[in-house]
Amino acid sequence: MYVIDRRLNPSGKSLPNRQRFLRRAGKVLREAVRNVSAARPIRDIGEGGVVIIPARGIDEPSFHTGREGTHSRVLPGNKEFLEGDRIARPPGGGSGKGKGSKSGEGGGGEDEFKVALSAEEFLNLFMEDLELPDLERRKLSLTESSGLRRAGFTRGGSPANLAVSRTMRNALSRRMALHRPKPEELERLRKALAEAEAAGDEAQAQSVRALIETHGLRTRAIPYIDPIDIRYRRFEPSPRPIAQAVMFCIMDVSGSMTEHMKDMAKRFFMLLYVFLQRRYKQVEVVFIRHTDEAREVDEKTFFESRETGGTRVSSALEEAMRVIGERYPVSEWNIYIAQASDGDNESGDNERATALMRDGLLPLSQYYAYLEVDEPHSDTPMSSLWKTYDTLSPGPSMRRVTMRQEIYPVFRELFRRRNEALEASS
Amino acid sequence: MSALLFEGSDWSFETIQRIHDRVEEVALGEMKLEVYPNQIEVITAEQMLDAYAGSGMPIYYGHWSFGKRFVQHEGHYRKGHTDLAYELVINSSPCISYIMEGNSALMQTLVIAHAAFGHNHFFRNNQLFRDWTDAAGILDYLQFARAYIAQCEETYGERNVERLLDAAHALMSHGVHRSPRRRRIDFKTEQARAEQRRAHDELVYNELWETLPGGAPKTVIRTPQERLSELLELPQENILYFLEKTAPRLAPWQRELLRIVRLLGQYFQPQRQTKVMNEGTATYVHYKIMNRLHEAGNITDGAFLEFLTSHTNVVFQPPFDDRRFSSINPYALGFAMMQDLERICVSPTDEDRAWFPDLAGCNDPVNGLKDIWANYRDESFIAQYLSPRVMRDWRMFHLVDDPAEPTLRVEAIHDERGYRRIRRALAREYDIGHADPQIEVVAVDLAGDRRLMLQHSVRDGRLLASREASEVLGYLADLWGYPVLLREVDEHGNGLREHTAEPRVRDHQGFQSTTP
Repeated sequence: MYVIDRRLNPSGKSLPNRQRFLRRAGKVLREAVRNVSAARPIRDIGEGGVVIIPARGIDEPSFHTGREGTHSRVLPGNKEFLEGDRIARPPGGGSGKGKGSKSGEGGGGEDEFKVALSAEEFLNLFMEDLELPDLERRKLSLTESSGLRRAGFTRGGSPANLAVSRTMRNALSRRMALHRPKPEELERLRKALAEAEAAGDEAQAQSVRALIETHGLRTRAIPYIDPIDIRYRRFEPSPRPIAQAVMFCIMDVSGSMTEHMKDMAKRFFMLLYVFLQRRYKQVEVVFIRHTDEAREVDEKTFFESRETGGTRVSSALEEAMRVIGERYPVSEWNIYIAQASDGDNESGDNERATALMRDGLLPLSQYYAYLEVDEPHSDTPMSSLWKTYDTLSPGPSMRRVTMRQEIYPVFRELFRRRNEALEASS
Repeated sequence: MSALLFEGSDWSFETIQRIHDRVEEVALGEMKLEVYPNQIEVITAEQMLDAYAGSGMPIYYGHWSFGKRFVQHEGHYRKGHTDLAYELVINSSPCISYIMEGNSALMQTLVIAHAAFGHNHFFRNNQLFRDWTDAAGILDYLQFARAYIAQCEETYGERNVERLLDAAHALMSHGVHRSPRRRRIDFKTEQARAEQRRAHDELVYNELWETLPGGAPKTVIRTPQERLSELLELPQENILYFLEKTAPRLAPWQRELLRIVRLLGQYFQPQRQTKVMNEGTATYVHYKIMNRLHEAGNITDGAFLEFLTSHTNVVFQPPFDDRRFSSINPYALGFAMMQDLERICVSPTDEDRAWFPDLAGCNDPVNGLKDIWANYRDESFIAQYLSPRVMRDWRMFHLVDDPAEPTLRVEAIHDERGYRRIRRALAREYDIGHADPQIEVVAVDLAGDRRLMLQHSVRDGRLLASREASEVLGYLADLWGYPVLLREVDEHGNGLREHTAEPRVRDHQGFQSTTP
């Protein structure tokens, strides 16, 4: 009999099959994830959790009999029945006592299937097929800075970079190759000598002494560590993508913006935030709200407090320029700007806004999304701001949303993978 | 030997060894069980979940359905809906028993007695397992299957392999020869038999017989249809086998995959047919052994009480109107029957003498039971050995649900008139030939559109669940490559319902070239 301890075997044996299952369930799972995330507070969107998917897409059919026909069953625990007794059918399907009930089709229990997803998997499904736009365009000039990268070993270098284990390895192999006597060997010979001397065996002692002598010579001639053993870690400068991004949320908070509009804007901003977080190590968010003047505020104020006043978009754009200039040099930061507005703007301001966009923000930012929010079912013609932005080339990505459930499709559309977008348009 | 095997609930590998050796002494020395060599493996809860997902086997090929099972079990386990089994045992030689690291020393004793000796003895001796499974070869075969399928995935694409396996899994329940068939004889045996026949002819040769007037030579007139049926071995209940051998459009690797699924299905078949017996045997054996250990002073009274608690849980059978009732607990029924057979052997009543003249009073329960363990499966075991006493103790009754009647009918109860009827009805429930729908390939329309025709022989008006039947039929059509027709036919040959399916992909390369 053998007892084998398997506890230390590598875990996660079922992971590949689990991945296959998630892929198989992909479509229904994606849908479920989107439904769940729509119902969640946006802040929790990045957490995993249990999603329920219909068993339809992932069932494993087999031939088996259904509920029709005569069923018979032997049951334990008879208390009062006599042969020939008639019992009313229990409610709920009649054949609850029939054999078919366990595997019957359409039976309540099996229709849904719960899958616990990790945060990672959840977001992967959530963000599948999305990509950051315009990374290509600025890759060389902006998204890279240089850093040092380990690149093998070298014979020369500063003592701080001494590669100890590599050095010792070289020393060891050299000592072995040259047959440097080991200390134990010497020790053994000394003992043999002592024994020989004690036994008075002078001839033996003489030969051992000679051996010790040659060993000593070898030991001195072959150093423990030789300068040729020494290695240093080599570093090489290499370009490193910028791992940080800043996201500007610009929102019009003038009286004409209703709670509904702000809620839609918020959803869009949060989606963008989660999305950026997955791409960059560090994402900072700057909130700028404006009426006829703009202010950088914290998140709470941004979404909650209300102000009155006219609408001057250029004030917000100026504020964004100022913040970028002060804190976010383009050589170190990827800049994303999302602007939400109902499209109103003071008539005299459009020109100035255009100039700021064309000469300032658009060239500085990786991506500029303009989201025009409106009440549901309104059929107002294109707003003045939309028309203004529309004249820019290249202009910001613009979308118009009126319903909450449009946010997600619009977001997906804006960030759809490039080749997919091409396919869709062709 | 009366030394305590362990104290407290902690155990080490030496403890396991000690427990195993002592249990072995009782099982082999006193009960004279015959087992495969044992291999005991200690695993964690996570590994147990992995094992659940892979049908309890240590290796299995990759397929999303195993991932689905894993997700299911994991979800239930994490939420605390279900406990994990204390052990899992594999019908292989050496017989591998998994035991959980979280078990107490007493539980380890119990599972070693239960799995490493009870189940092990059953696997090794039961006729079904001996006929249908190759315990020594299964692990190697699984290894081969996994490697082969992985290689197919690389060569022909993961999606294509997945589609084929989906189809094969859907038909897995119909990949077994239920009724024993003539075994194909290899050439060597065939030659030997021919020589034997000739020798026999020579031995009994007598000139006189030659003088008898002979009748006209018998000629068998066969229609082309009959010839075809013979050629294709129709009717054929083993659908996977039929497809593997005759489906016109499958590539060799696809046939091999069908074969793998079929053979593994066949390997698990005996377990389906012997749930009650297998668990009953193992439970009876562990009960015997644990009592013996307690008598001999190898375990403390406290530990014995712990054993009784979990033993009682295992053989608990709630009555039909209890909220916990779902079906008859195979552990409970098997154990009750084994216990009762032992009683019949040792102290029979007049009733027992009338019902079981061979066993009653034979005073050798272990040998009597061992004979039963070797030669029966659930259906025949219950049909023959469910005693009136057990039916009374369990207060069994037979309930019939006929949709033509407004109420359910109590067909029989545990009385003199009912014993045999209850026994027959219960035995039928465990007859997988009865529980599984009987579907056969009956014909192929070679002159026409190569349609494959199947027939479901409906019993008691129990038609197939339609939606799933047409899904499976779709898979079947994919494999066959041409249309498929399934007719459901009652006892008198009247057609009740028809399902048809067309292959979903029909290009010149058939199933293989399907694009996802």
